[in-house]
Amino acid sequence: MKNYVGREIPDYLLQNGKEVYQGKNYMDGKYIKKASPCTRRCEKPQESKIVETLADALKLCGAKSGMTFSFHHHLRDGDFVVNMVMKAAIEELGLDNLTIAATSLGAAHDPVAEYITEGKVVGIQTSGIRGKIGEVVSAGLLKTPAIVRSHGGRPRAIEGGEVHIDIAFVAAPTSDCVGNCRGIGGKSNCGSMGYAMTDAKYADHVVVVTDCLVDFPNMPASVEAIDVDAVVVVDSIGNPKKIASAAARISQNPRDLMMAENVAKVIAATPYFKDGFSFQTGVGGPSLAANLFLEKYMDERGIKMGWAIGGICGPMVEMLKKGKVGKVIDVQDFDLDAVNSINQTPNHFEMSASQYANPANKGAFVNKLDFVVLAALEIDTQFNVNVLTGSDGVLRGAPGGHPDTAAGSKCCVIVTPLIRGRMATVCEHVVTVTTPGDCVDVLVTDYGIAVNPLRPDLIECLDNAGIPHVSIESLKEKDPTISSGRIRLSRSSRRATARSSTSSARSSPIRWTDPNKPKRFPLNSGKRFLCPLTACLS
Amino acid sequence: MIPRPKPERFRLRRTMMFMNAQKPGLIKDAYIYGCDSIMLDLEDAVAENQKDAARFSLYHALKTIDYGDTEVIVRINGLDTPHWQEDIRVCVAGGADGIRIAKCESAQDVRTVEAAVEAAEKEFGVEVGRTLLMAALESPKGIMNAYEICAASDRMFGVAISGGDFRKCMQTKPQPDGIDMLVARGQMLIAARAAGVQCFDTVYTNLDDMAGYEAEVRQNKAMGFDGKSLINPKQIRLVHELFAPTEKEILQAEKIVRAYREQSAAGVGVFTVDGKMIDIAFIPGAERTLKLARACGLWEGDLV
Amino acid sequence: MVIQKPAVAGTVESSDALVSVEPGDGKIELTLTSSVMNQYGRQIRETVLETLERLDVKSVKINVVDKGALDCTLKARVECAVFRSSDASEKDIPWGGVVR
Repeated sequence: MKNYVGREIPDYLLQNGKEVYQGKNYMDGKYIKKASPCTRRCEKPQESKIVETLADALKLCGAKSGMTFSFHHHLRDGDFVVNMVMKAAIEELGLDNLTIAATSLGAAHDPVAEYITEGKVVGIQTSGIRGKIGEVVSAGLLKTPAIVRSHGGRPRAIEGGEVHIDIAFVAAPTSDCVGNCRGIGGKSNCGSMGYAMTDAKYADHVVVVTDCLVDFPNMPASVEAIDVDAVVVVDSIGNPKKIASAAARISQNPRDLMMAENVAKVIAATPYFKDGFSFQTGVGGPSLAANLFLEKYMDERGIKMGWAIGGICGPMVEMLKKGKVGKVIDVQDFDLDAVNSINQTPNHFEMSASQYANPANKGAFVNKLDFVVLAALEIDTQFNVNVLTGSDGVLRGAPGGHPDTAAGSKCCVIVTPLIRGRMATVCEHVVTVTTPGDCVDVLVTDYGIAVNPLRPDLIECLDNAGIPHVSIESLKEKDPTISSGRIRLSRSSRRATARSSTSSARSSPIRWTDPNKPKRFPLNSGKRFLCPLTACLS
Repeated sequence: MIPRPKPERFRLRRTMMFMNAQKPGLIKDAYIYGCDSIMLDLEDAVAENQKDAARFSLYHALKTIDYGDTEVIVRINGLDTPHWQEDIRVCVAGGADGIRIAKCESAQDVRTVEAAVEAAEKEFGVEVGRTLLMAALESPKGIMNAYEICAASDRMFGVAISGGDFRKCMQTKPQPDGIDMLVARGQMLIAARAAGVQCFDTVYTNLDDMAGYEAEVRQNKAMGFDGKSLINPKQIRLVHELFAPTEKEILQAEKIVRAYREQSAAGVGVFTVDGKMIDIAFIPGAERTLKLARACGLWEGDLV
Repeated sequence: MVIQKPAVAGTVESSDALVSVEPGDGKIELTLTSSVMNQYGRQIRETVLETLERLDVKSVKINVVDKGALDCTLKARVECAVFRSSDASEKDIPWGGVVR
């Protein structure tokens, strides 16, 4: 069946009530029955839940072949826990047929690729997939279709029972003997533990893995002991250097700065840019630099940001401390400045992934966002964005909160250079639609700005502010390999397609790799990387 | 192949941005930042053992990349090096709009380059006289000979001072008020105006000191420079903002030119505008203001 | 041209390519690694071979490490390496002739 963005979704994926994406907000108002996990009565006086090894914890939780284990990615590229757990389960207990449901998987988890190849791991559900796992899944070595969900789509699927977690493993920078966990106070700090929260509430069993045992009670706890079955103390849960970078610096790259300045210009030209506005930005070069220029416009207008959400790093904490932003609510911390600030700096709070971005609760933060600034690997002339697969079809990205924030915000700005190396970013059809074009409003590139024709109101804002913009087609026609056809900026492209309010419904979209797309495969003769990928987002 | 139109000797050159000709990532689309001219550098930015590689890179960039309205000038190596002749050949063959002569000290230097340029134009079948020249004055001798340098060739469109080398010769360092180069800048400006060519100030190298940079650009404008050399795209906007005429200046200039046209048609030579006496001497200035305003996108009219 | 000795041109910076040549055994032996191999490998190979053909290089071992260079950069790097290999890169380059 064809979905709203014109991709064919195989029927075998549309079982158990799954529907194809039928446009923004299609599912709005629908009632959902939440799943309920098993819990266990613990009535006796309790000394401690500490068990000796991961294998002991697995046995205690009744680990069997065919189970689904969940993990969070707060330790990012420094994470040791996924590999330790999978090794214990597969090599010590001899389990197989396992599914990994992680909030993201990356280069730190390269050893898992081997388990996929061997057929021990047969399912992957994640919000990001990079490194060797991305390669083997792209090569078709995973037995079942990999499912890639957004950060909001994951808690939706867990709460709705679409994913049943048998055992959730919570890597915890600090824990007490009964499993109250925090992201700070230890030696491998990650700050917010927002992505672990839903897992802990909905898993049948929860195992906390920590390298820093602290006195009971470890408060305020991000994951609470009431949900925890066992605590395992290991030497190290991760490499602190790769968990949080020293401090995210704002890019000095002139190209990034120019794009960032244009992002701020666009934002300042909209009616949503007023005192108390809300904002989320990524940590990529131009996205992060947008903070800097936005601050200038805020000062000029004498306004302040009401609140900011998302993955947080130093520059936003700095603005909070200066009083330029009222509150920062974060689901993840990217650098030490943010890690050291959460729950310490007044008005810097932690939230769960569900609270952040889940479209199937009664109102996530993303739905109150005014602006979001996001990156893209590819964007097509329908404004569909791909942040998951390279243009050769290999999985090497993360939708993260991309589709959630794009759909929820009033103004979604995509910022990306038009050419990376010799790869064009703007194309006819993206390989994988991770964020549908009807959720994307403005594209800022180093060669010009394009506004989605679905937003004639924003086109008018830019025209009124004298910000030149072009059609997205003209950006596509800038061929990177010949580098001719310089783009002339003009204030045209006022092709007002009236925005149909009836069709704007946000649903449970399933996106599928465009079968027509993977055609640029010259050298890997005979080894086509077709993605057996079903991305069931939000 | 991108055919470039014949270079204009006198055009808007508020900002000339230096780019290392050896860096493909930089030069492939340097025009996106919106400077008036880009200065592809074969001299100081390129290591001594990479001069040859930079020329190959430059040649193909010039031949392949459409720089559009952005002027493309190449800074060649000094006449005291073994590189300048081949530099000139590649510039002419590639179709650069102009050549910046490094460390120029005399009219003879200009004529030496001009002869080589003409020879290259003939060799590569380029229209003789197409390739423009400008000179960089980097030494006290260059400043002393500024006028003869400016007037040495019909190809010359301007001169620029190069602060780094000049200050070394003068045993001084950048001062916040610009006193270190005040006389040199002044003398060069006078020479350029006397010879009827443009005049450009040196680069400001401390990228983090935007306040110091702004002070220098304001002084440049006050002294009457046509533009400034830059080392980073983030320096462009300020020059364009500060060099743009104000709304008041534009309105005033428009009034003067309009009144002059009417009055001179009626045979009147001296008249008043807003109580101020105006005669023909005011006209070139007013016309220049309007042209600049139009170039800055601030004024749309047909008076000039 | 004849490749007389090993020579290198370019860098491994983004948007650039590092090209090294050495005398061959009567044929063109090209080894290529590229950050955009899947998408542009064939085109890069063609550009390199065309450039060698234009320079009339018949015998060479050439190694290209591409970091997403545009064609114009690839050409420049190959040409420079070839001219360097016969100490002819410094002057009297046939601009617009075989170098084009």
